[in-house]
Amino acid sequence: MKALLLRDLMLAFRAGGGFGLGLAFFLIVTVLVPFSVGPQSDLLARIAPGVLWLGALLACLLSLDRLLALDLEDGSLDLLATSPLPLEAALSIKALAHWLTTGLPLVLAAPLFGVLLNLPGPGYIWLVISLALGTPALSVIGTFGAALTVGIKRGGLLLSLLVLPLYVPTLIFGAETARRGAAGMDTSTPALMLAGITLAVIAVMPFASAAALRVNLR
Amino acid sequence: MVLTVHDLSVARGGVPVLTGLSFDVEAGCALILRGPNGAGKTTLLRTLAGLQPPLSGEIAGAEDQVAYAAHSDGLKSMLTVRENLTFWAAVFGQRDITPAMTAFNLEDLEERLAGTLSAGQKRRLGLARLLVTGRPVWILDEPTVSLDQDAVRLFETAVTAHLAGGGSVIMATHIAPGIDAQVLDISPWRATAATRAGASDEAFL
Amino acid sequence: MSVSGDKPAPVRPQGFWSYANPVKFLGFSERILPALWWLSGICLAVGLIWGFFFTPDDFRQGSTVKIIYLHVPSALMAINAWFMMLVASLVWLIRRHHVSALAARAAAPVGVVMTVIALVTGAIWGQPMWGTWWAWDPRLTSFLILFLFYLGYIALWEAVDDPDTAADLTSVLCLVGSVFAVLSRYAVNFWNQGLHQGASLSLDKEENVADVFYQPLLVAIAGFVLLFLALVFYRTGTEIRLRRTRALLARQRRA
Repeated sequence: MKALLLRDLMLAFRAGGGFGLGLAFFLIVTVLVPFSVGPQSDLLARIAPGVLWLGALLACLLSLDRLLALDLEDGSLDLLATSPLPLEAALSIKALAHWLTTGLPLVLAAPLFGVLLNLPGPGYIWLVISLALGTPALSVIGTFGAALTVGIKRGGLLLSLLVLPLYVPTLIFGAETARRGAAGMDTSTPALMLAGITLAVIAVMPFASAAALRVNLR
Repeated sequence: MVLTVHDLSVARGGVPVLTGLSFDVEAGCALILRGPNGAGKTTLLRTLAGLQPPLSGEIAGAEDQVAYAAHSDGLKSMLTVRENLTFWAAVFGQRDITPAMTAFNLEDLEERLAGTLSAGQKRRLGLARLLVTGRPVWILDEPTVSLDQDAVRLFETAVTAHLAGGGSVIMATHIAPGIDAQVLDISPWRATAATRAGASDEAFL
Repeated sequence: MSVSGDKPAPVRPQGFWSYANPVKFLGFSERILPALWWLSGICLAVGLIWGFFFTPDDFRQGSTVKIIYLHVPSALMAINAWFMMLVASLVWLIRRHHVSALAARAAAPVGVVMTVIALVTGAIWGQPMWGTWWAWDPRLTSFLILFLFYLGYIALWEAVDDPDTAADLTSVLCLVGSVFAVLSRYAVNFWNQGLHQGASLSLDKEENVADVFYQPLLVAIAGFVLLFLALVFYRTGTEIRLRRTRALLARQRRA
């Protein structure tokens, strides 16, 4: 299992691995927002938590179609499926690798981008906490979408169509946590809900992903 | 007896391609599957490897015993030869990759990225992967494609050593490799209109 | 995996499951379809005419209340269609009956149309009542999310070539989607408390609409249920015939 994680991380960091693309995309979205809604700082401050959450979500989505498609192309998935590693574990590891290379950098960079959008002072800590709690769920749910569409040529757009509705609860509770944090309100309810969703998804979703992938491999 | 297949039927895309196939492979034995293109060799091998469920019949002794190698070698072009091999060794719980490197003459290529290898070199690396799995049953689909004469010799040596060590090999190939092997022509078991019961569309007729 | 030595005659399932045989299902649906069409037509005509012309105007909402006879039944069927797809998907995953998978496929476009009707009539109703065509009210938002789930489900069916693979994948999606649809419903409730009136139909008598509106509404709902059944039977029949054509062509090619 460690070997698979290390391999996926190594591949992401080598040339052509696409590490940093999600981060750059997140930055561009953040920069484009003031151009589209105007530079008034009070307006930006109000929408900053939601915009940052949406940007992070879209950045997570960006790299999902490479998650399994490349391994299918070069035959690695067939070989992994015949290896002693259960497919459920392999997919959990791949989701973890996706989070470490996409979600975690977003979490760490988010406060920086918060400055660009004039995020109010108490919002920073809650933005980081909500993203740290929520982005793992985005990676795990995204892995399920990737497993569903891995056999489909040019499945990228379909993948977005399938995955985005599944992101709704995570987005609602995540953005609500950040928004309440920024407004200095009590965040415990949405933060706990968000954590609950993430834990439940990590526990159950790999089974659905593995079932879908087995169908696609046969 | 390592692997027993009894009355096996396999399907491709919901359509049966082989029906009622039975055979055994003993430890230390090799079996070569023959048949024209489209006869179902690849489908049979994928079923034996557990990648797709059989339509009916039984396969005994394959689960967690099989190392599978097919047309694509499962190599990452941005990893070196050593890294690729080390990864697969770790997945199968093995450590030492030196014998595999030696057996397929890969030492000189050790630090090359797999993406820069020629087709034959990639195939050699793909076959070396079999040695680091530590699995007794090799299931090989056209293993000698794009190998030159010398590399085919290396492959034959590796297979012979594997058989001598009590392993077994099932392969589909069109050439006649210089190893002791039984040959099984699967054409007689091809599904025909009369025997095609079990197709996923069957119920609609 | 089962051993089948000298192939005994397959055991034919009795009772309810015998309709899993496509040919038998087709015969059955052809027999009951005319009755379904007629009954749904009559119920819809009676319910809608009764509702539109022979009920009093509401003391607060005036005559706009009468769109309830389209809005509530279509909303009900939009949810029930998804529920039916969920059950059919489970049957396919567990018992591998092709008719079940095809029925789920056939129900999806019907469900999507019901969702659109519910959304559009809701907007038309909301305009004079709330002064807006659209509000991010929890009920409206939930239906919009349901609509997206339907779109994804249908798109996945269309994208996969092999029918059995498509049935497997869409079934898994339907199961996971159901869980997330319910989760979204609660998340949306939490997110915005909304304008929508309470449930029009509930076991709690106090919350219910008045009897004069209630009786024609029940007739209209019966009409929508029958219409849904008729459409699903009809479309499942079409899907079965498509698969049959495919199977016959495949046999011809091989012979």
